[in-house]
This record gives sequence, C-alpha cells and structure tokens, in this order.
Amino acid sequence: MVEINTSLCKACGYCVKFCPKHILELGTVRNKRGHFYPVMTDADACITCAICATMCPEGAIDVSERKV
Amino acid sequence: MAEYHRSAMIADSPSGYCPGCLHSLATRLISDVITELGQEDNALNVISVGCSALNLLYWSGDNLSVAHGRAPAAATGAKRANPERLVFAYQGDGDLAAIGLAEIMSAANRGENFTVIFANNQTYGMTGGQMAPTTLIGQKTTTTIYGRDPATTGYPMKMCELISQLPAPAYVARFALNSPKGVRQARDGIKKAFQMQLDGKGFTFIELLTNCPTNWKLSPLQTLEYMNTNTIPYFTPGVFKDITAKEADA
Repeated sequence: MVEINTSLCKACGYCVKFCPKHILELGTVRNKRGHFYPVMTDADACITCAICATMCPEGAIDVSERKV
Repeated sequence: MAEYHRSAMIADSPSGYCPGCLHSLATRLISDVITELGQEDNALNVISVGCSALNLLYWSGDNLSVAHGRAPAAATGAKRANPERLVFAYQGDGDLAAIGLAEIMSAANRGENFTVIFANNQTYGMTGGQMAPTTLIGQKTTTTIYGRDPATTGYPMKMCELISQLPAPAYVARFALNSPKGVRQARDGIKKAFQMQLDGKGFTFIELLTNCPTNWKLSPLQTLEYMNTNTIPYFTPGVFKDITAKEADA
C-alpha cells in the first residue's frame, strides 16, 4: 500500500518515471507549496515494489505491504 | 514485495533542496542506513560549505559545521577524540575536489577511520553554477560559457581513482543516483562503509553522482538522462578498492 505525503512533494516526477506499472501520474491539484503532487490511478495494480519510494528525494512516499 | 518507511531522523518538512535534487535523496539514504545500523545517537555529520551543508537542518543527528573544504580535517579530530562515534563528512565537489583537496588527500593518505561521502554534481550549486574541478569537458557553466576547454582548465578530476591509488584507504566506491538500481547499490555501499568504520577498518570513501537541475538548466527528469549520456560514461561507477574483498579471497 502506497501512501504519499503530499505536503513534502516537489513534483520532480521521479516516482512517475520509474513506476514499473505506470500507475502514478502528476495530478491536477497543487499542494501548499504549489507543486502538482502525484496521484495513483490504479491502486489495485500496485505490486508494492517500493521503487517510487526508493527514488523519491524527499522520502515523501511510504510503502507497506498490502493487507490481505 | 517491499516496504519503505522514511527514517525518523529526517525532518517532517520538505528539505531545503531544489525539486529533483539528489542531495536530499543522498541525505535520506544516509539517514536510512544510520537508522538501520541503530546509530541514531552515535552518528556525527561533519559538513563544510555548499549545497551539501543544507542537510544541516534536514536531519536530526549531530552536526559539526566547519570551514570550507576542511571537513576531513575536522572529522579527523572528531574521530580521534571520540573513537566510538560514527563520524562521516558529507561534501560536495567544489568543497572536496577544489577547496578541500589537500584535506581529503591527507586524511585518505593517513587512513583515518571515518567515512567521506562525496556528492559529485559537476558544478558549484550554491554559488550559482560555476565550473568545478569535476565539470565535464564541454559542459557550460557560468564561468565556462563556451563549455569547459581542457586547454585552459584541465580535465575533470576523478577523485575515486586518485584516492584508490593510495595505500591507506579501506573502501573506495562510486555510485550513480539516477536509477533505482544505482540508489540501492549506493545504499548498500554506504552501509558497508559505515560498518567498516565501526569495525575499525580505516578510511572509507563513497562518491555519489548527483545532479543539479537548477544550474544545469534542465528539468529533473532531463538531468537523469543527462547523467546517463554524459556523466556516467566519464565517471564510471564501481568499487575501486575494498580491503575486505581481499580478506575474503585469502
């Protein structure tokens, strides 16, 4: 399960580029600092590989294993 | 399946770095490794001057802020006075390869038992993108507006290669932070260096290839491509020296 701390995001787009399932995209809503933070388009397709969290410079993405 | 939870050592607010800057990723990696090793209260970050110093307010560990380029000299004193502490210097390329060249080479030559983490983004980030010793041939900066010309400014300095020629260092390695693979290798490399320091193996040096979207005048995603096509072919990532590998073979 991927949780994005949107207030930390600076919209560099690294998570969007490296997501192997292409289920992240920069959204249309700005955070407090004016950045278009990413949103998940299909949470069920997430394989919790944590590549988004690995590449996030700000550590804004928290990945935990999905509860079955 | 994998999990990732950010280290509690990192401030719960955005870093002072520009969007896409890999300095904040490097700080986060170091903090993750320190948390993993359980050294939160034992780590000492020695920083000098440059964008690298902005991690001062971003992580909650102990800091020692020293004169420009002199982090290895101050870290020597800190480590000799407190041999049980995990001491590391975090320096940029202008700081380490230009102003602090004497300090880093001397500390490496003495084989001081601390770690230097060298963030190489081929420019002076904080002062406005001037040429650094590591600037690539042909790279345009505010002081080499037609591109770096080796006839007048020499060639980019390969610090890992230089330091690995010395007999004293224990571990010398370079990693590129522009791909998930590189980031994971860097994390393992930093962990290994810190563990070697805790085991008293000697001087450890980690070079991290980073970017500067602001001064390279590229978007964050373009900088990652630029690193693939320009930086990585010149600054080849890899392990240049590892005394524990020899011990394992023997």
